[in-house]
Amino acid sequence: MRYLAEGLRLPTNGLDYTILAIYFVVVLGIGFAARASVKTSLDFFLSGRSLPAWVTGLAFVAANLGATEILGMAANGAQYGVYTVHWYWIGAIPAMVFLGLVMMPFYYGSKVRSVPEFLLHRFGPSSHLLSSVIFAVSSVLIAGVNLYAMAIVLEALLGWPEWVAIVVAGFFVLAYITIGGLSSAIYNEVLQFFVILAALIPLTIVGLKRVGGWSGLTDSLTGSHGGAFLSAWEGTGVGSPNPLGANWLTIVLGLGFVMSFGYWTTNFAEVQRALSAKNLSAAKRTPLIAAFPKIFIPMVVIVPGLIALVMEPTLGKAGSGLQYNDAIPVLMRDLLPNGVLGIAVTGLLAAFMAGMAANVSSFNTVFTNDIWGAYLRKDREDAYYLKTGRVVTAVGVLIGMGTAFIASSFSNIMNYLQTLFSFFNVPLFVVFIIGMFWKRTTPAAGFWGLLSGTVAAMVNYFWLYKGGIVDIPSDQGANFVSSIVAFVVGALVMVVVSYVTRPKPAEKLAGLVYGTRSPDMDELPAEGDDAWYRRPALLGWGAIILAAICYVPFSF
Amino acid sequence: MSDYRNDVEELEAKSATAARLFDIRRIIGGLFVVYGIIVTIAGITASDADLKKAQDININLWTGLGMLALGLFFLIWLKLRPTAPPTTPTEQ
Repeated sequence: MRYLAEGLRLPTNGLDYTILAIYFVVVLGIGFAARASVKTSLDFFLSGRSLPAWVTGLAFVAANLGATEILGMAANGAQYGVYTVHWYWIGAIPAMVFLGLVMMPFYYGSKVRSVPEFLLHRFGPSSHLLSSVIFAVSSVLIAGVNLYAMAIVLEALLGWPEWVAIVVAGFFVLAYITIGGLSSAIYNEVLQFFVILAALIPLTIVGLKRVGGWSGLTDSLTGSHGGAFLSAWEGTGVGSPNPLGANWLTIVLGLGFVMSFGYWTTNFAEVQRALSAKNLSAAKRTPLIAAFPKIFIPMVVIVPGLIALVMEPTLGKAGSGLQYNDAIPVLMRDLLPNGVLGIAVTGLLAAFMAGMAANVSSFNTVFTNDIWGAYLRKDREDAYYLKTGRVVTAVGVLIGMGTAFIASSFSNIMNYLQTLFSFFNVPLFVVFIIGMFWKRTTPAAGFWGLLSGTVAAMVNYFWLYKGGIVDIPSDQGANFVSSIVAFVVGALVMVVVSYVTRPKPAEKLAGLVYGTRSPDMDELPAEGDDAWYRRPALLGWGAIILAAICYVPFSF
Repeated sequence: MSDYRNDVEELEAKSATAARLFDIRRIIGGLFVVYGIIVTIAGITASDADLKKAQDININLWTGLGMLALGLFFLIWLKLRPTAPPTTPTEQ
């Protein structure tokens, strides 16, 4: 957890606060207006599986475009330079396309309501309970950490005391999700997507003019940081030093394959958006539609990070009083007049709230359906689970607020816990991918693969890397390596355990494994879904080719 | 075959979202028109200090007009292609 520097106070005035106030009113209004549509628990947790693809697609990208992501990626841009694009073009796009084209038929077609529920049907209760509990605990924790990050930013930028920010934002999120359910969370994410772009695009344009355009920017940075700073691959040979502390192999395998596939394809906060789509075609298109904005987001996030580095060359250096995380706030302070400044503050706040709302709305679904409804209070009528979902939402937000207050005194512990939970996604991905493609793999293999992969990643990170037994230049690099270790160990354990235990009978796997289909997979496509520009394969491969083309100017 | 699929199908049939949920295009359109007008006015009345801060670009004016255009785009889209009535799922 890094603090924003002092002296970043923005010169906001009444106009900016008017813009912010209007936003809060609209957020609550969406919650109340969505209430009429919540009749069943399926409406509350998955919007009744009835939203159009463009809405779920934009919510999919916005759920990830939280403020910690925006500030963090601008910071990475200022610290590592153009290497940061790897998090987008190789670290997100292929995984999003894979989710849409390959995995979505199993997720959506099997009619599960959550990612852990898929494990229950494919493997069994042990892996289901393990992943549900870890997911529930980590989402509440991450919601709290997000809330705390927001409190620090608002304290620095607007001078609000930390507890005011935590209570105000927590209350708004609690209100609109408890009332309107997932529909209200998703609608607010779509709105947030446009507001944050309305803030970042002007910021980038004015910033570029300030530093003399793109050529002015590259000239100054080549002069101060060398040419490799503006290239994606230069200096990433195995064994050669670079600021990222990773080589092309760990970037492609660790970040591009294992880590990003783990995050994008099994993180329920993301997948939930696709599960709320109105039909299989819309569900498949959700991550594919999201991929296109994702390709271009570096232009308004990493570029401002680079601009900030030219404007404030001491950014991130000891003694300057400015951290890398301050990149975007510095530009807001120095370049935006009142009016657009209000939009920018609103966008940042909206991004914080939407990020937290994504965690909360996925937490309440998993807790209610996969823990409470599956093990503690089975077979009640639907109205009971709807009510439970609302109560769980409120409790989740309150625990998140508590976590935020704890984080403000023990921020290092929070960092460790976040790293700890991040190790869980990769083994989860291993279990999914093997479970979806190999009929022979068994319930026991699912559980042990999950557990052993997680433990292996932790051993590698905390013992071998932190203990100094293996030499990896940076935390980032160590994360990449730990993911690869988790993947390999999890996969090996699954294969071995599969051969010594009994598989599930084939008829129980219909629609859950490649080569089988659900009894009712052939949904009637909604009218218009056969238009050529809506074909998932075209969208998916289009996104991959576009991302590859984006690498060209930064590779030679 | 399995209960959970029947459960979800039953809930889908009773679900009210498709019929009752308002169209988000109305909200995006409305908010961006309001923001667009506010920010455009701030741009028309911009002081010299504001202009100097934004590197002699009247950024409020351009952002305001851009937001107004986006807001109108959503409202016109909604007008031309109103929410389709929910397709009734074929019962099996």
